[in-house]
Amino acid sequence: MQAAMNTKRNLVTTALVAPAAAWLCIFLVLPFIAMLVFAFGERAPEGGYQAAFTFAQFAKLPTRAAAFWNTLVLAPAGALLCLLVAYPVAYYLAVRANPRYRLILVSLVVVPFWTSLLVRTYAWMYILGSRGIPNLLAMIGIEDVRMLNTPGAVLLGIVYGYLPLMIMPIYVSLEKLDRRLLEASADLGAKPVSTFFGVTLPLSLPGVMTGVALVTILLLGEYLIPQLLGGGKVFFIGNALVDLFLQSRNWPFGSAIAVTLVAVVVVVLMVAMRIAWKVAGTRQVDLV
Amino acid sequence: MTKWYRENAPITAGKLADELMRLKRGSVTRRHFLGVTGLGLATAVLARQPGLFNSTAFAGDLGSQMSIATWPNYHDPATFEAFTAATGVAVEVNVFGSNEEMLAKLQAGGTGWDLFVPTNYTISTYAKLGLIDELDLSKLPNYDASTETARFTNEGIVEGKTYAVPKNWGTTGIAVNSSKIKTPVTSWKEFFDVAMTEADGRAMVHDYQLTTIGNALVSLGFSFNSVKPDELAKAEELLIKVKPHLYAINSDYQPSMRATDAWMTMCWTNDGAQLNRDIPEIQFTLGKDGGEIWSDFYAIPKSAANKAAGYALLNYLMTPENAVKEHIANGAPTTDSRVLKLLPAEVTSNKIVYPDEAALTPLEFGAAVTLTDPGRAELMARFKSA
Repeated sequence: MQAAMNTKRNLVTTALVAPAAAWLCIFLVLPFIAMLVFAFGERAPEGGYQAAFTFAQFAKLPTRAAAFWNTLVLAPAGALLCLLVAYPVAYYLAVRANPRYRLILVSLVVVPFWTSLLVRTYAWMYILGSRGIPNLLAMIGIEDVRMLNTPGAVLLGIVYGYLPLMIMPIYVSLEKLDRRLLEASADLGAKPVSTFFGVTLPLSLPGVMTGVALVTILLLGEYLIPQLLGGGKVFFIGNALVDLFLQSRNWPFGSAIAVTLVAVVVVVLMVAMRIAWKVAGTRQVDLV
Repeated sequence: MTKWYRENAPITAGKLADELMRLKRGSVTRRHFLGVTGLGLATAVLARQPGLFNSTAFAGDLGSQMSIATWPNYHDPATFEAFTAATGVAVEVNVFGSNEEMLAKLQAGGTGWDLFVPTNYTISTYAKLGLIDELDLSKLPNYDASTETARFTNEGIVEGKTYAVPKNWGTTGIAVNSSKIKTPVTSWKEFFDVAMTEADGRAMVHDYQLTTIGNALVSLGFSFNSVKPDELAKAEELLIKVKPHLYAINSDYQPSMRATDAWMTMCWTNDGAQLNRDIPEIQFTLGKDGGEIWSDFYAIPKSAANKAAGYALLNYLMTPENAVKEHIANGAPTTDSRVLKLLPAEVTSNKIVYPDEAALTPLEFGAAVTLTDPGRAELMARFKSA
């Protein structure tokens, strides 16, 4: 009887999971296998892919060192910069803002997401271009300032584009903050600064971790911002891939880079998240 | 937002006329024009009403839309609107920065283009790979091979079959904003020198291996089309040395030149003519050490979904009366003597558009091998990711 019920439950579970599993197989696993096959192949004479089994594509990876470096350094750097800007905003929204206006303020953070990032990035091209801020600077006598197509413009674009994705998780974790803990901290003689670093910050760490991971992962695939605000000069892996598939027509090398990026990201993230959650987890336990 | 937008909502008659003239001169894009005037939405709605604009000449078999792949700032937007008005077929325009990108899209399949504008050196490869159709000239009564210049039709013909017919020809030169850069730039050697000095942070090169590598090779005294590894290595060294000084690597350089974000760029004839017409201090010169002469063609992809509309638009564009408007707006020289006769004297006497034969002598046509050479493709990719 028990066994029969278990079998039945298993069947139901299988039926419920099947659509998602099929989806993953068709749109994630199969393309990844195709990419692996391509990565060991050769570029056909006119471009594209021809069958082979060679490690030659992986041997060429060092020629894209700069793109890997930019991506693996600028993505976390951009995420940290986002964090620095986002934390005070999230803190204000969750802790300080008048509860009556809180929902409106939170909506204002999300509203930019209703417009395509492409359109918003074009707006920045205008603002940073000669007719925008440099034009205003020229009026007060500071001539020929160049803002567009600089690494600074890329970082600004990143912070602007990804800020809401950082604010929201931190806001959510701060919103759940138990005010009694803050009062207790004050009663025990802690100054507001010590309360913040001893209580508020550690309790918001899960939100911070989620935000940093979310933004970093999305940034690893970034293509648009470096292209539009960096003038195609500050190269991310995403841009290298577009180039290899759409200009050099070197599918095998592009695939090898994509496979390597996935591998690097999986390893880095697993290690980082393990450390991060460990830190966040133990702090939480201590406080309870 | 500029003051302009605030003061003019909704648009006044005077401003509409102004915008229309700017659009005709090519100083604003069609999208900008349709956007600020509110005509875009209206056109989009009307274009989808079956029968509203259908003339009897094209009735029935052309469908309601087609797609063309072409280059930035390359057509008079009014041309496509007139074609839509005459046939009821809405034209979707896809803009590209390099022939390699077009080839990649065609190789991957499913582009949806019914007509596209490849450059001379690519056509033999397209024909060999079976990516384009041999043209059925009986469907193009307005094309007349006898009025074309043979120099520009030859590369559309592969093994005696016509795969492509010419749109216009041109050169790849240097556009310099003379109010910002005082050093004379008359060669590709000077272009790269000035890019690292007076134009530091203000010079642009194309996102296009043919011209960016080609002009670097020319500046070093090599052939524009070289695929020799040692010469390519020297060109790569030069490009990587220049890169930190560049404003951008982008084939769509008109917006940056007009906004004076960029002061100097590699530039095609038609863009040079448009820029110089609207902003006289932007001057266009051919490299006296060499560079590229080219001709662009029209071809129909084998995978085109609406070949009937492709032929109809091509035939429309080959009509001298239509082509002449296109040439006045676009600014590139014509290959067709019928069109040349109709062009006003101020166009045909423009030295940017019709340079002296002596200035053309050092220039080279792109060679078929540079399109598919893996060495050049990889060099460009390394330069960009350096």
